Amino acid sequence: MVTDPVLLQTGADLFPNGISRYAVGGLLVGLGTVLIYIGTGIPAGASTFLESTLSYVSDQSRFQQYVGSRDWRLVFTAGIILGGLAFAATFQSGLVTSSLYEPGTTGQLYEVAGVTLWTTDVQPWRLFIGGILVGIGTRVGKGCTSGHGVCGVGSASKTSLVGVVTFLTVAIGTAQVVAALGVSP
Amino acid sequence: MSDRHPLFKPLIFVGGIVFGFGLGFSHMARPEVVLNFLQFDDLGLPFVMFGAAIVSGIAFALLPRIRDAAPLTGDPYERRLKPFDRNVLVGGAIFGVGWGLSGICPGAAYASLGTGNVTILWALAGMFVGAYAQGYWRSRSQSRDTSPAGAD
Repeated sequence: MVTDPVLLQTGADLFPNGISRYAVGGLLVGLGTVLIYIGTGIPAGASTFLESTLSYVSDQSRFQQYVGSRDWRLVFTAGIILGGLAFAATFQSGLVTSSLYEPGTTGQLYEVAGVTLWTTDVQPWRLFIGGILVGIGTRVGKGCTSGHGVCGVGSASKTSLVGVVTFLTVAIGTAQVVAALGVSP
Repeated sequence: MSDRHPLFKPLIFVGGIVFGFGLGFSHMARPEVVLNFLQFDDLGLPFVMFGAAIVSGIAFALLPRIRDAAPLTGDPYERRLKPFDRNVLVGGAIFGVGWGLSGICPGAAYASLGTGNVTILWALAGMFVGAYAQGYWRSRSQSRDTSPAGAD
């Protein structure tokens, strides 16, 4: 027998939502990155936007070094936001249905003008304090999940591989400790 | 800069839309799903980042052999290689604590806002505060140093 029921059960436990939605989403994230790269030669990461946008309001040298890219990074981020909205207006709203999307498994759904929107149940203090650390860490560490994780790993950059292993390991440890302390969601 | 190709920003915009749609579709724009992965309740999430890395890796490897320069910028096709130093470890660890606490990273936060997640503005506000704090501090220590800084 090829299908071992014990193995299948373990697989279902480890992957309760399968892997297809993750893989398809990942391919699209990669495709967006590649579209920009083909046309411009730029391997775009998402977190530089934080500093490049601060260059509009602060003349600190760390931010001013991004003046040349701040306009297109704003456009990139606006596109990402609109892409999220496009997902909400299609799959999340039920306009397009797929076995890869099941509504209502996390957070809260609500409707505005016929579009089904979604909001998180994760507590604001976790988002805000976590966000501060993400803002410091991604900029000091030279990249985030897209800069190091997608473009850097795609470039087989040793720096990025070390960066990814570092933030992934620490994030797993942190989330496990926070959950063990009974903080949820 | 001003003489950039007229399609430069439209292409970035379209690329961003596909990128953000993918983050929405993958559910990585939902902090709960990221936290479920980090707590080992659902191990599917790495397929997002590594799936995207494989797709971009193919393009990064092939394009330099097909063309010399990108059509909209004239820039050569290069890989994303950054010098390694202690900051990669220190920053990566700080980012890891933040990601593990909040379940959200920058790109996913932008996409999450698009899916209607107004609560994620807390995380975005935090990211700007954090980015400003490190930039303010590093700009000052940089101007104190006489040696040229090689970061980024």
